Amino acid sequence: MKFDLMTDLYVFMLAAFIGFEVIRRISPLLHTPLMSLTNALDAIAVVGAILLVGAHKSTLSTVLGTIAIVAATSNVVGGFLITDRMLKMFKSSRPQKP
Amino acid sequence: MHVPLYIIELTYLAATALFILSLKLMSAPTTARHGVWAGELGMVLAIAGTLLNQGIVDYKWIVIALVLGAIMGVPLGMVHMTAVPQRTALSHAFGALCVTLVGTSEFYLRGTEVSRFTLSVLCMEVILGSLTFTGSLMAAGKLQEMLPQRPITFKGQNIVNLSVLAVALGLAAYLVIHPGHPHVFLFIVGIPLLFGVLMIIPIGGADMPTVISLLNSYAGLSAAAMGFVLDSKLLIVAGALEARRVSFCP
Repeated sequence: MKFDLMTDLYVFMLAAFIGFEVIRRISPLLHTPLMSLTNALDAIAVVGAILLVGAHKSTLSTVLGTIAIVAATSNVVGGFLITDRMLKMFKSSRPQKP
Repeated sequence: MHVPLYIIELTYLAATALFILSLKLMSAPTTARHGVWAGELGMVLAIAGTLLNQGIVDYKWIVIALVLGAIMGVPLGMVHMTAVPQRTALSHAFGALCVTLVGTSEFYLRGTEVSRFTLSVLCMEVILGSLTFTGSLMAAGKLQEMLPQRPITFKGQNIVNLSVLAVALGLAAYLVIHPGHPHVFLFIVGIPLLFGVLMIIPIGGADMPTVISLLNSYAGLSAAAMGFVLDSKLLIVAGALEARRVSFCP
């Protein structure tokens, strides 16, 4: 158990650095689509909600978990959809570099 | 259906890699749309892997909720481009709602048997989640001009706000030290809801983008906290990636 926790902390630290490095080089033009993309990715919390509802341990957890899945899934679908729409506009309004 | 756990874990590993790749591809205009596809594929893998988990005994509500959420997501993805800021705020509210509800259920299912560290992370998850929920709703309301845009201030506001937050943190500390008082948990979820509202009312419409980035990183942190509670590295990575983003979209 203790070791799992340490592994999780290492994973958190490494992911934080990766996030920092990957996003550091992003073009300022792409900040808005990036924001909606990370919104969609953050909805990965749906995984926790699915496990909760599927385990069907109590009525409370099933009800709360179902609401949670609805909220997160709408973020997934809406987030990817709007990011793609934004990027489509982006391409047409700005000539592509060779 | 019996799927070995390592297959599910490998699916999560692939999803995590795709999420990082997705952000990476997002950094150049020419590859940005591939980034969206990588993110979508990662999400599908993660959800598919989760659905194969042996712990799932009942699919009825999962399917209903997934379909309902997908239907709700379409109009949220088709809003006019001028409404994107409030849409983003609203989706932070939804994300935070999800995390808070899952955290609350986790507490009532196994709150008394988890370690003190897990319990404190769980408290942090619901505190960040619920203040992000109401804070984002307030921000969306202000941007949509459903709420008055002008800042509402009163004397001693900072002291009031900070004391509200301090009470929630104090109760969380109390619960971690005395895990035998589960009724305290309701206040740990409820008081930050109030703090989220108080936090946004003194902020004018023009400063909202900064607030939204801040709320975004809170949402990410609470998702990472959820990862610690559920021991899910996928969630930890996704949350940490998002939490880091704040410093670059001021």
